[in-house]
Amino acid sequence: MSQAFEGGRLPAMYMNPGPASFTEFLSAVHPDLLPRWQDLPHGTDGRSLTPEATTIVALTFPGGVVLAGDRRATSGTTIANRDMEKLFRADEFSAVAIAGAAGIGIELARLYQVELEHYEKREGRPLSLEGKANRLANMLRGNLGLAMQGFVVVPLLVGYDEGREVGRIFSYDPVGGRYEEHRYHSIGSGSVYARGSLKKLFTEDLDERQAVTVAVQALYDAADDDSATGGPDVHRKIYPLVDVVTDDGYRRLAADEVAAVAEAVVTERSERPDGPTAPIG
Amino acid sequence: MTMPFYVSPEQSMKDKADYARKGIARGRSAVVLQYDGGILFVADNMSRTLHKISELYDRVAFAAVGRYNEFENLRLGGVRYADSHGYAYDRRDVTGRMLANAYAQTLGTVFSESNKPWEVEIVVAEVGEDADSDQIYRITFDGSVVDEKGLLAMGGSADAVTTALKERFDRDAPLSEALSAAMHALAHENGERRELDAANLEVAVLERAREHRKFRRIQGARLTRLIEQGRGASGPSSSAASGAAEGSGDSGAEDADS
Repeated sequence: MSQAFEGGRLPAMYMNPGPASFTEFLSAVHPDLLPRWQDLPHGTDGRSLTPEATTIVALTFPGGVVLAGDRRATSGTTIANRDMEKLFRADEFSAVAIAGAAGIGIELARLYQVELEHYEKREGRPLSLEGKANRLANMLRGNLGLAMQGFVVVPLLVGYDEGREVGRIFSYDPVGGRYEEHRYHSIGSGSVYARGSLKKLFTEDLDERQAVTVAVQALYDAADDDSATGGPDVHRKIYPLVDVVTDDGYRRLAADEVAAVAEAVVTERSERPDGPTAPIG
Repeated sequence: MTMPFYVSPEQSMKDKADYARKGIARGRSAVVLQYDGGILFVADNMSRTLHKISELYDRVAFAAVGRYNEFENLRLGGVRYADSHGYAYDRRDVTGRMLANAYAQTLGTVFSESNKPWEVEIVVAEVGEDADSDQIYRITFDGSVVDEKGLLAMGGSADAVTTALKERFDRDAPLSEALSAAMHALAHENGERRELDAANLEVAVLERAREHRKFRRIQGARLTRLIEQGRGASGPSSSAASGAAEGSGDSGAEDADS
C-alpha cells in the first residue's frame, strides 16, 4: 500500500485535517487495509473458521486494576492453541482483552490500539477513559453483522482513570452496549465459575500482589469446571497472562512473576483442590 | 494581450530558496542532540500546546522550525503514514529513514512545483538499540536530506547555535548536562544572549531504555529540576570559558572534547 505513493511523497489526503479517528482515515484512504469481514455471504455459520478465545477476569484494587486471561483457544472440542495471547496493551493507561471469535477479536484489539495512539499523537493528549470506552463500543457496533452469523466477540477494557485516581472496568455486549463494572468482572466461557470465585475472594483492601493472586485463583476455578478454559500448565510452563494498570501506567507481568504466583496456587490446590474457603457469617 | 515575463529556472529557484530561508529565519531555533540515554530535543517555544516537537511512532520523533501550519501538516501526514504502515505490516517496520524519505519527496515536490515553497526545516530522529544505531535526519525546505551525526541545530541562526552547541556537546553526557548544553546553545540566538528558563523551552526525549513508545515530553517540575541539576554541574554562567565547574561527581565529562 504505502510504498505506492506517487513520486514517493505523502498524498494530500494524508495532510488534510480530516478525521481524528484512524479507522475513519483508513476507510477513506486505504479501505483495503481494514478487515473486510462484512463481505461474508449471509446465512452461513462460520463459527468453525476461527477458534474461540475463552476466559478473562479483571478486578480493581486501591490504585489500579488487574486484567488476566487463560491461554487456551478451542475449536469445538479441540484445543486449537495452548499459549494464545488474549490480552493487549491499549495505551499507556489501559488494556483490553477479548473473548469469543479469536481472529476477529485480535484484529479488533490491534486496530483499537492504533486508534488510541493515533488520537493521542494527533491531538497532543490522550482520550479520557470514558472516551476510550465509547470508542471501543463504536468499533464493536461495526461487527454486529458478523455477530449475527456466529462470530461473536466481546472485549473487556480496563484502565486507570487519572482524574479519579482509580482503576475501572468496562464490559461490552456483542451489539456494542457498554457497561461499567465495579470491583470485578469476568467474560468468556468460564466466566460463570470465575465470577463465583472472584465474588468470594475479592475484598476492598487487596494490594497488587494479592489482586494478581485472586485473578489466578479465579482462572484456576474457571479451568476446573469449564473444559474450554486452560489451567496453569506446569509441565509446559504455560501460565496465565496478567496485565496491571496503575498510575505508573501499563505493565505486563513478567513470565516468572506469574509463574511464582501460579505455582503457589497449584501447590496449595494439591492440599485443598477446591481452593481457599470464605468464612461463614 | 499580455505576455508573462520570462524568468530563468535558476533565478526562480534562487528566489524561492531566499524566500524560504527568510521565513525560517524569523522563527526561534531548535536543537537535537544525543545524550547517554537516547536523543534529546529542545526548542525555544513559548507555547505549551502548539508543539514544535512531537512523536511520530514508537522510536521516531519529529522536530520542526518555521511556519506552524505547514509543519503541522507534515507532522500529521507522518503520523498517518507511520500508523498505516505499522498497522499494515508490523510496528518494527516503521523506520525513521522511511519517514525522512517521504518528507524529502513531499518538500521537494512542493519546492519545485508550487510558487510558494514551504518555510520549514524538519528533523526526523530514530533512537536505536545503541548510540551508534541512532539516526538523525535533517530535511530542508527544498527536500534535501542530510544524515546528521550527534547533534544539529535549525532555525534562524543555526550556524551560531551549532557552534555554541559543539563547544559543550558530549554524546555520553547525562540528560541534565545535555539539556544545559542545548540551553547554552539556544541562548546564542541572533547574536543576543538570553537567559532561557522552563517557561520558554519545549523539551522531549527519545529514551532508549523505555518500553514500547520511547517518546516522552519533559515539562513542569521535572524540567525545572533538570535545569537546576544542569546548572549545578556546569556553573551558572553561560560562557564556555568559565565552564570549569565547581559541580560534583560525574561532571568530568565536561572536559571531553566532541
